[in-house]
Amino acid sequence: MIEGKTHVESLDARHELQVADVSGLAVELPQGSSVRRMTLNMGPQHPSTHGVLRVVLELDGETILSARPEIGYLHTGIEKQFEVKKYQQGIPLTDRVDYLSNLNNNLCYSLAVERLLQLEIPPRAQWMRVMLCELTRVASHLIWLGTHALDIGAMTVYFYCFREREEILKIFEMFSGQRMMTSYIRIGGLALEPPRGWHAAVSKVIERLARGIDEYHELLSSNPIWVNRTKGVGSLPVDLMLELGVTGPMIRAAGVNMDSRKDCPHTSYEKFDFDVPIRTENDVYARFEVRMEEMRQSVRIVRQALAGMPSGPWQADAPHVLLPDRERMKTEMESLIYHFKIVTEGFRVPEGSVYQVVESPRGELAYYVVSNGTPRPHRVFMRTPSFGNLQSLGAMLEGVLIADSIAVMGSMDFVLGDVDR
Amino acid sequence: MLPEAVAQNPQVVALAEQIPGAIVDATVAVDGLVLGVSPKHIEGVCRYLKEKESFARLSAVTGVDWWPREPRFEIIYFLHSLARNARLRLSVRVAEGESLGSICSVWRGANWYEREVFDLFGIEFRNHPNLERILMPSDWEGYPLRKDYPIHGHKYSYQEE
Repeated sequence: MIEGKTHVESLDARHELQVADVSGLAVELPQGSSVRRMTLNMGPQHPSTHGVLRVVLELDGETILSARPEIGYLHTGIEKQFEVKKYQQGIPLTDRVDYLSNLNNNLCYSLAVERLLQLEIPPRAQWMRVMLCELTRVASHLIWLGTHALDIGAMTVYFYCFREREEILKIFEMFSGQRMMTSYIRIGGLALEPPRGWHAAVSKVIERLARGIDEYHELLSSNPIWVNRTKGVGSLPVDLMLELGVTGPMIRAAGVNMDSRKDCPHTSYEKFDFDVPIRTENDVYARFEVRMEEMRQSVRIVRQALAGMPSGPWQADAPHVLLPDRERMKTEMESLIYHFKIVTEGFRVPEGSVYQVVESPRGELAYYVVSNGTPRPHRVFMRTPSFGNLQSLGAMLEGVLIADSIAVMGSMDFVLGDVDR
Repeated sequence: MLPEAVAQNPQVVALAEQIPGAIVDATVAVDGLVLGVSPKHIEGVCRYLKEKESFARLSAVTGVDWWPREPRFEIIYFLHSLARNARLRLSVRVAEGESLGSICSVWRGANWYEREVFDLFGIEFRNHPNLERILMPSDWEGYPLRKDYPIHGHKYSYQEE
C-alpha cells in the first residue's frame, strides 16, 4: 500500500494504471464516446452455446453491435460418407446428425429412399413411426427446456426434464436396444418387432409426461425472473426470418403457420388429430410457449397412436430390400439368397431424386437423395433445421445485451451436429 | 423444347414467356416439378418466382457432382411457397471453373447455403457478400464433396497453425 493513502484510493490508482496500459491497444473511439469497442469470442467452448459454436461478438460496453456465428467445428463429412455406403448402411449415419432427434432423421431418410423405391409401408409400421417420432419430439424439447432454463438461472427444471427424458430413452432402449442412437426406423419399416409390453410402458410414461409438462410450464411461467428475461427479447421481422430460412417453433412463435406434418403429410400424420400451436409475440417467451404446447400435442398424438394402433405386419412386403426373418433364412432357400444378396451387394434403387421433408423438433428437416441406379446413393444432402435457424442469429443479436444473447441462443434450440453435419 | 408433361403448366409457360431462354429443360420427379434453368438467368428467375409466384422461402441450395459427365456440376435450389403450399426445384448445370450469379439479393438466406456449396464443391458465386469457406477450415485445400476427392487419406494438423 502506498504511504499516506487509504486502501480504496490505492485501488483506484492501480485501476487507472491498468486503463492507461491498455489504451494504446484500443480500437478507434467514436467522437465523444467514453466506452471502448471490444471484440469477444463467445465459444467454441462456452456452455451456453450448447456444443461447439463460436460467435464473434463486437461489443460496445455490454451491447452487442454485431455478432458473427462461426460454424464447422463439428463437421464430420457425413454427406460424403453416405456416398460410399449402401442405402441401408446410411441409417446409422442419420442418427448422428441431430443426436437429439435421431428417429426423425431415420424417418426422413427412410421416407426418401422408400419414395424412390415406391415401397408401401404397412399401417402398423407407420403408426409406430409416428408414436416414436412424437416421443422423440418430447424428449428433444425436454432437453431444450432443461438447458434453456439452466442458462437463464432456473436450475430445478433441468433435473425434472432430464428425469422425464430418461424415461423416454428407456422406451427407445426397449424398442431398439439403444438409448440414443436408435437406428430403429429402417428403409421399409422398422428394425425389430415391437417388444412385448411396449403398450403398457408407453402408456405409463405418457401419463407421467402429461402431468409433468403442465407442472414445468407453471414452474417457469410463474417465475418473474424467467418472464422478465424472456419477454420482448430476441425478435426479428417475420419477413426477414422467412428469408433467412428460419423454420419450426421459431417461425411458429412469429405467427407463421408452417408445419410439414400438416402441409405435406407423411407417415399417415393426416389420420391424427392435433393442433399446430401459433403465437404472434415473436420473442423468447413465445417460443417457450409454442414448444410447451407442442409437447402437449405430441402427448395427444401418442395417446391416439396407443388407442388405435393397427395390427398387421411391421415391415413392407419387399424381400429384395428387407432382411428376412432369421428363422426363415435358416430354413428357406429363397430367403437365404435374398439375405446373401442384400448383405453382400445391397439393393438397387431406381434412378431419380427426391426432396423429402419432415418436421423435426427443430423445424423443417429434409433429405435430398439422388440415386444413379446403383446400391449406393450418388448424393445425399441434408437440409437441417438448425443450419437455417442459426443463420438468423447474427441479425437477432444486433443491439441486444450480452446477457440476452444467452436467452436468444437458448430459444433457438440448435444442435451443432445438425448445423455442421 | 419442353417435355409434354410440363409444356401445358401455366406457371412454366408464364415463366418461359417472361424470361425468354431461361428454362432449358423440365422434368417431373417423384416429389414434383424440376425446372432446368440456364446459368445466366438464375437470379432473374428466382426474383420472378419470389415476387410473382409467391415463392417466399428458399429452403436450401446444394450441389451434385456428376463427374465425369459434362457439364460437371448441378446446383439445385429448393423453393417453397407457403401461400400455395407448393415446392419447386430449380436445377442449373455448371462446368468446372464456371461461376454462377449469387441469389443473396433475392433471399438473404442463400448466403450460408452458397458458402457451403463454394466450400464443398468449389463453385464461385458472383456478387456474394462474403464468399468464404464455412464448414472446412479457411486454409483447406480441395473441395471435399467432389467425386474425385478421396474419402480418406487426408491429414490435417491443428498443431501447425
